[in-house]
Amino acid sequence: MSRPEHQAPPEIYYNDEEAKKYTSNTRIQSIQAELTYRALEILNLPENEPAFLLDIGCGSGLSGEILDEEGHMWVGMDISPSMLQVALDREVEGDLFLQDIGQGMGFRPGTFDGAISISVLQWLCNADRSSHNPKSRLTRFFTTLYSSLRRGAKAVFQFYPENDDQCELIMNAAMRCGFEGGLVIDYPNSKKAKKYFLCLFAGQIPTENGKPKIPKALGEDGEDEPNTIIYSSQRIQERQRTKGRHRKSIKEKDWVLHKKDIARMRGTKNVPLDSKYTARKRKPRF
Amino acid sequence: MRLVVHNMLQCHVKGCNSNNFPLRLFDVELEIHEIEFNPQFLQSLLPKLDWNAFISTANQIGITSLPQTLPEEIDEDFLKNLHRILFETHIMQGKMVCSNCSHEYPIKEGIPNMLLNEEEAEEEAEVEAEAEED
Repeated sequence: MSRPEHQAPPEIYYNDEEAKKYTSNTRIQSIQAELTYRALEILNLPENEPAFLLDIGCGSGLSGEILDEEGHMWVGMDISPSMLQVALDREVEGDLFLQDIGQGMGFRPGTFDGAISISVLQWLCNADRSSHNPKSRLTRFFTTLYSSLRRGAKAVFQFYPENDDQCELIMNAAMRCGFEGGLVIDYPNSKKAKKYFLCLFAGQIPTENGKPKIPKALGEDGEDEPNTIIYSSQRIQERQRTKGRHRKSIKEKDWVLHKKDIARMRGTKNVPLDSKYTARKRKPRF
Repeated sequence: MRLVVHNMLQCHVKGCNSNNFPLRLFDVELEIHEIEFNPQFLQSLLPKLDWNAFISTANQIGITSLPQTLPEEIDEDFLKNLHRILFETHIMQGKMVCSNCSHEYPIKEGIPNMLLNEEEAEEEAEVEAEAEED
């Protein structure tokens, strides 16, 4: 799997071109939509009550559009100006901010009823400048997020951790800032449909029956994978096929004879004589 | 950016913790985008609103149709006016300035630029490093 966060910092990777490609790609659209619905499901907001939500790393507003549909009011923040420009062109309803989440956010305490974030958190684990320290950036992010959430609110992050260390780094940072919660891993036994959701609680409302529970992951008991997104490896296979079979060898008989002629003209010694065996293909041995 | 969000926003420069709300607005251009009126949601949002900050901000941008204190009895006309100002008035251009550290956040095409510069970020790193040593 290619990891865009290895190639360049987000504000540079998502330039005008990449932002347009990202937003118009129907495969990405359907994946983002499905992840957003799942994140909302985990968020478990009271029904038929519009909420004030925060979309961290909103990008071009693919996830925000779904929040609009569900009747929520939202505020989105992203570090890529190009992505935000696309969001403006698409006329999303939410308020947009150009913000580096690693620098924290300045919302008054208790502002939001919840937060979602789709495919963002892994970007924070990189140090893109010499002054960046992923650990302190994560801490700063979670501290300011904690304070901007209403007590008892939840934050759901879908992310692609590179390895267990990264997972641990993120979880530790969140727990140190006062969050409770844990990981929900959907379809843990599948390579393609496996998805990580970090589910965090900002404090608890004690009157509720017991502690809030981390929602159950999908596909834990060997349920079938969802077939809404069709994953395909077709392109890779095609490329391999053309490589193996259809390519012609450059060093055919004509080429060998030509080379030998040149060698003789230059007076090279020991040029073998031409015969019926010259440049003949060997039989397959087995 | 809508005024309701401005009312939730404070300066987030590290170490700037007091007198950092509300951010003062300068050279603003406003636009009205109409959206559906939802009195129930507006009512639920009222307790979150800092009314004094809201009034002073509204005055800065030339909106004077609001009472100095939140009235006890809220009627529909009042809510509609509030809806207009909070949800439909967008700040398209201008800048926000923190009264404490005087950091400027420019607003372009309705999107505030909340990025901090390197120095403010470095200060951040140092504070973190000290905290870890302890």
